[in-house]
Amino acid sequence: MSRFSLSDKAFDRLNLIFVLLVTLIIIYPLIFVISASISDPHAVNTGKMWLWPVDLTFEGFQRVFQNDAIWTGYKNTILYTAVGVIIHLFVLLPASYALSRKELMGKKAWLWFILFTMLFNGGLIPTYLVVRNLQMLDTMWAIVIPGVVGAWSILVARTFFQQTIPDQLVEAAKIDGASDIYLFFKVVLPLSMPIIAVMALFHGVALWNQYFNALIYLRSEDKFPLQLILRQILILNEVSADSASSAAGSAQSFADQIKTASLVKYAVIIVSALPLLIVYPFLQRFFVKGVLIGSVKE
Amino acid sequence: MAKNQSIQKGRGAVIKKNFLRNWQLYLFMMPVFLYFFIFHYIPMYGVQIAFKDYFATLGIWGSEWVGFEHFERFFSSYYFWRLLKNTIILNLYMLVLFPLPIILALAFNELRNGAFKKWTQTLTYAPHFISVVVVVGMLVAFLDPNTGLINHLLRALGMDTIPFLTSPDWFRHIFVWSGQWQTLGWSTIIYLAALAGVNPELHEAAKVDGATRMQRITRINIPSIMPTIVILFILNIGNFMQIGFEKVLLMQNTLNSETSDVIQTFVYETGILEGQYSFAAAVGLFESAINIVLLITVNQIARKVSENSLW
Repeated sequence: MSRFSLSDKAFDRLNLIFVLLVTLIIIYPLIFVISASISDPHAVNTGKMWLWPVDLTFEGFQRVFQNDAIWTGYKNTILYTAVGVIIHLFVLLPASYALSRKELMGKKAWLWFILFTMLFNGGLIPTYLVVRNLQMLDTMWAIVIPGVVGAWSILVARTFFQQTIPDQLVEAAKIDGASDIYLFFKVVLPLSMPIIAVMALFHGVALWNQYFNALIYLRSEDKFPLQLILRQILILNEVSADSASSAAGSAQSFADQIKTASLVKYAVIIVSALPLLIVYPFLQRFFVKGVLIGSVKE
Repeated sequence: MAKNQSIQKGRGAVIKKNFLRNWQLYLFMMPVFLYFFIFHYIPMYGVQIAFKDYFATLGIWGSEWVGFEHFERFFSSYYFWRLLKNTIILNLYMLVLFPLPIILALAFNELRNGAFKKWTQTLTYAPHFISVVVVVGMLVAFLDPNTGLINHLLRALGMDTIPFLTSPDWFRHIFVWSGQWQTLGWSTIIYLAALAGVNPELHEAAKVDGATRMQRITRINIPSIMPTIVILFILNIGNFMQIGFEKVLLMQNTLNSETSDVIQTFVYETGILEGQYSFAAAVGLFESAINIVLLITVNQIARKVSENSLW
């Protein structure tokens, strides 16, 4: 018996080291970005800064906050996320509730109609043509309407309603003369806060982080969400021109431009990713719950 | 005959009565119905432009049929094999790493210290909340030939620097492993839930029989979560050929296109950028067809082999 308890101990220790190692590898890049955003860019670019900040400076953040494009992008992203989540819930919840009720006829047909879209879709080009024909190009609607709801979320929400809203409750309320609309808003929704939170969070995160719909559907820069601005700054390296104009015409040296570019780079990553990174640990149980009810097999 | 008719009539009356009583439920279905109809079923109807020469002025229906012309052009073009090869290799590479989150979940599950477990889990979830644009932006910064951290490290070790992001040899590794970095922690959630459902009596009995921790993992935990593993594996195959194309697009440049050109980036390029709608729709349809065939095949195999399947 003691032989086993000894190897148990060794196992525990090895396992602990393994998990610790994986965790460190995963968070190291994030720590690096945070430190780099408040370090002198020279120290970052020469490799002197590798873990903790070197030569502390907040210039990067100052330049980010002076940059109009980033502010506009931020504002747009908040708007698209808020509007998108509201429409998402408006489309998703009533239908999922109706699908959970046995009075609804043709349930199989409804479910097939929805589920078939998981198996087959028209693809990028036919969808693009629909959006174009609806005159939605270069409007907020092109960002928030296509993809407003997926078959998967409907199934998940429907399962939730089936499990949490007892039939007796609905029947009793109906006998008292309540309409379905009244019932839905006054009885069902107050009991459904967990699923509303889960769905709003998942959709909100997706909207906050997506760039592709904006890339194909938007033309005017003043409508670009934050992610498209980030793409210009981080990947296409279009920051130098932008900061040169904000420096009120003073001719910047090439080295200075590089310095600005790398200063802004890390700060802009922080500014864009921080809201979600701060919030998610507190809402983690909702996110985990979302993944789990999503995995319940039909 | 008469009986049949009365049943028909009775049915009609039932439907009418149901509708009058529950019309609000049908109203609830309207937004979803309209959305799926307009943004999923109309595009499915629009897929026919893959067999036509689409002109916006003629509309989808009015454009001329050309049969399989676009498909033939695609299959016989010199880039067809390159696109297919790149798409398949990239996805196989990702599929090979499928067991990693399972291993991490098994390791999390064996942790005795609750606080440590909670902290490490929460920290490993973090990259899931970062956008692909930021992830690729970080790659650009870390892998820069002159200023990037990795190349500083290589220099410090006395090695030559590597232009990672413009090298076709490195594209796949960078793409797949940065994806692993982003999803590894998050993907453990589902397996951890399955592991929480393992019957503790099995472990008690195994302990009495003198099984080691490793034996209990391989003989009890892994078989217990096998159904979950199979289902997720099928779902993964169902997404074969389409995972992460938005990230590919961000990482792609003219220097690494030899390995980074995949079918979907090609659809984007020819369709959205060049406006060859019919041709791009044909390429996209080809890809959807492969996906459906793969999903059905794998599901069928899974049903035969393990009795776990999607349908």
